[in-house]
Amino acid sequence: MDLLQDIALNVQSGYTEKTRKAVEQAVAEGIPANDILHKGLIAGMNVVAERFKTGQMFLPEVLAVAGAMKAGMTIVRPLLEMTNHESLGKIVIGTVRGDMHDIGKNLVAIMLQGAGFDVVDLGTDVRADKFIEAVEREHPDIIGMSALLTTTMVHMKGVIEALEKKNLREKVKVIIGGAPISRNYAQEIRADGYARDAATAVDLVRTLLNSTRATAAV
Amino acid sequence: MRNRFTTAALDSGALLFGTAKFPLTRRGVTIGGGSVIPEINFTLPPMDVEQGSMEEVKKIYLEMIDSVCRRAVELHQREIIVEFELLPEMTLNPVWGEEITALLQRSLEEFLDRDGLQSLLRITPVDIRETSKPPRRREGREVDTLFDAFRRCARAGGDMLSIESTGGKEVTDPSIIAGDLRGIIFGAAILGSADMEYLWEQICSIGKETGSIPAGDTACGIGNTAMILADQGYVPKVFATVVRAVTAVRSLVAYEVGAVGPGKDCGYENAILKAITGFPMSLEGKSAACAHFSAIGNIAGAYADLWSNESVQQVKLLSGMAPVVSMEQLIYDCRLFNAAVNKGSAGDLRDLLVDSDALLDPQAFILRPDVVRSLAKAIVAEREDYGRGVRVAWEAVRLMKDAASHGELLISDREGSWLERMELELNGLPATSMQFVSEETERWSDAFDCTQYLVETHA
Ligand code: B1M
Repeated sequence: MDLLQDIALNVQSGYTEKTRKAVEQAVAEGIPANDILHKGLIAGMNVVAERFKTGQMFLPEVLAVAGAMKAGMTIVRPLLEMTNHESLGKIVIGTVRGDMHDIGKNLVAIMLQGAGFDVVDLGTDVRADKFIEAVEREHPDIIGMSALLTTTMVHMKGVIEALEKKNLREKVKVIIGGAPISRNYAQEIRADGYARDAATAVDLVRTLLNSTRATAAV
Repeated sequence: MRNRFTTAALDSGALLFGTAKFPLTRRGVTIGGGSVIPEINFTLPPMDVEQGSMEEVKKIYLEMIDSVCRRAVELHQREIIVEFELLPEMTLNPVWGEEITALLQRSLEEFLDRDGLQSLLRITPVDIRETSKPPRRREGREVDTLFDAFRRCARAGGDMLSIESTGGKEVTDPSIIAGDLRGIIFGAAILGSADMEYLWEQICSIGKETGSIPAGDTACGIGNTAMILADQGYVPKVFATVVRAVTAVRSLVAYEVGAVGPGKDCGYENAILKAITGFPMSLEGKSAACAHFSAIGNIAGAYADLWSNESVQQVKLLSGMAPVVSMEQLIYDCRLFNAAVNKGSAGDLRDLLVDSDALLDPQAFILRPDVVRSLAKAIVAEREDYGRGVRVAWEAVRLMKDAASHGELLISDREGSWLERMELELNGLPATSMQFVSEETERWSDAFDCTQYLVETHA
C-alpha cells in the first residue's frame, strides 16, 4: 500500500506508534515533508473530522486520534520549518472581556488544531488590547472571538473597532461565535464570519483563508 | 462544621413535586408545603454593563419585574419567586448588584401591598473567583468582593442566597471534553466538594448575619456543560448521565454545612438531593427551553417545589416581552401541578411526567424516582467524598445497563460501548481516597493549584 495512505489510515485508527513508524519510514524514503503532512496526516484527520461531523464519532474518540496526528507532526514539523513550509493558517482565539465561558471556545480551538491550523488560545476574559497585542505579535490570518452572555457579546464590536483604529483590520479576518451570536449580529458589527458550532468554524476558516489566498494570488 | 447525611430522607413514593419533608416558610410564602410555585428569572438584552449604562440597566430591570408581576396578578397567581442572577459586572461591582436587588425588592413589596402578590427574591452572585488566573478560591480580592456582593444583596432584600459555584472546574472542563470519568470524580467529588465546604460555610454565616436563607448551589458548570455537549453530539449521553450523578456528591455539601434549600433551578442533581435531604428544590424543564435545550423537559417537574424558566432576556416576541411569556408558561405549568395535588392525583401526574421522558434518554432515565432513590442511597452509604463519587458512578452505570437490557431505556450501540468503557475505568480506580487524590493531584498538577482546595494528598 502507498506509504502516505498507510499514514492516513493509521491516523484515522488512532494508532500512535504505527503512525510514528510510518512517518519515519516516509522521511527515510525521501518523501517530501509537505506531502507527508497533507497527503498523509491531514488526509487522515480529515476523514476523522468528517466522521465526527456526521455523528459517527464522539469528541473524546477524536482526541484519542489526535494523539496519533501529534506523534506524526513531532517528526514532520522540524522538516517543514527547514523547507520554509507555509502554514495552513494561524488563528488567535479567545473569549471576550468579562466572559468566563470557555468550553465552546476550547472546542473550536481543538477542532481547528485537529484540522492542521496553528492556534493561539488567549483564554477567557480577553480585553480588546490583548487581542490587538496578539495580532501584532502573532500575525494571525484570523482572530476568533467567543461570547456566551448578552452583556459580553457587545465587546466583540469593541475589538473590531480597536483593530480598525490600529489599521490592523485589513490584515486579519474576524470570526465570531457563541450561544447569543447570530449571522445578523456578525454582519452588524462587520465581522467576516459567524459559525454556529466548532465543525462549521473549521469550514468557515477554510473558506475565509481560501478566499484571502485567492485574492492575494490575483 | 460539616454534618454528613448518612441516610436518605425520602423514599421513592414520597418523592413528589410541591412537597418536601422540610418545607420552608418566609414572609408568608411556604416552599415545599403542598404546592409548586413559579420561579421567574430574567436578564438583560445585548448591552454593555458599565457605569454609564447603569441607569438604562436599572430601567430594564424595573420594566421586567413590573411586567412579570403584572402578568402574575392578571393570571390570579398568588405567590411567585423571583431570581436575580447577577451578571459578572454586578458581582465585581457589588454596589450595582445591591442597587438592583433593592429595586427588585421594592417593586415586589409594591405588588404585595397593592395586589396581594406574595413573593420571595433569590439572589445569585457570579462565582467571580475564576476571574483570577489560576483561580484563587480562598483568598484575594475576588473572594472578598464575592462575599461583599452576597452581604450587600442580602441586606438589600435578597431572601435566599444561591450561587453556581465552579470549584474543580479547572479539572472537570478538560475531563468532560476527554470523556475522562476519573477526572470527573476528582474534579467534582474531591475538589468540588472541598470547595463547596469552604464556600458554603461562608455563605451560611452570611445568611445568619443577615437573616437571609442559605438556599443552595448547582453543578451547572459540570453537569449542564456535559449535558449540552451531549445534546450537540460531542460526548455520549451515558457519560453526561454519570457526570450528573457524580455532581450530586459536591452539591450535597452545601446542605451538609447548613443550606436548607431550595436548591438552584438548573441543578438537575436536585432530584437526588431532595431524596437525601428532604429540603425543597427548584427545578426547570420544558419551560426553560428559552435558556437551553435538554432531554428532561417533563421528568424534571416530578421533583419541583419551585418551577423555573432558568433565564430569558428582555426581547420582544409576538405576544409580548420574553420574560412575561416565561411567567405565563410557568404559571400554567404550576396550575396543572397544583390542580393535581388538590384532586389527590399528584402521584398520577408525577408518573406521567416520568413515563413520558424516562425511556428516551439516559439523562431522563436517572431522574426516575426509583433510580433517584438508588443513587441517593449509594451516596449516603459512603462517608468519604471519593467513596461517594465512585459508588454513585457505579450505580448509575449499573442501572443504565440493566434498564437497557430490559427495554426500559433506549441506548444506541455507540453509547452502549461507553458503558463498558466507564466500567473499565471504574474498575481501575485505587482503593483509597488518599491514593486516588495523590495520583490525580500529580496528574493535574499543571491544571490547578492544589493550595486553593486544601485536600489531603498524604496520610
Ligand atoms: C471564534 O469562532 C467561534 C465559532 C463558534 C463558536 C465560538 C467561537 N464559541 C462558541 N461557538 C460555538 O461552537 C461551540 C461548540 O459547538 C458552541 O459553544 P457553546 O459555548 O455555545 O456550547 C458549549 C459547547 C456548551 N455550552 C455551555 O457550556 C454553556 C451552557 C450554559 C448552561 C452555561 C454554563 C454551562 C455555564 N455558565 Co452560564 N451557561 C449558560 C449556558 C446556556 C446556553 N444556552 O448556552 C449561559 C450562557 N450562562 C448564563 C449566565 C447568566 C451565567 N453563566 C455563568 C457561569 C456558567 C458556568 C461557569 C457555571 C458554566 C460555564 C461552563 C464553561 N466551562 O464554559 C455566569 C457568568 C460567568 C462569567 N463570568 O462568564 C452567569 C452570569 C451565572 C451566574 N450568575 O453565575 C446565561 C446567559 C444570560 C445572558 N445574560 O446572556 C446562560 C444562557 C444560561 C442561562 N442562565 O440561561 C457554539 O456556540
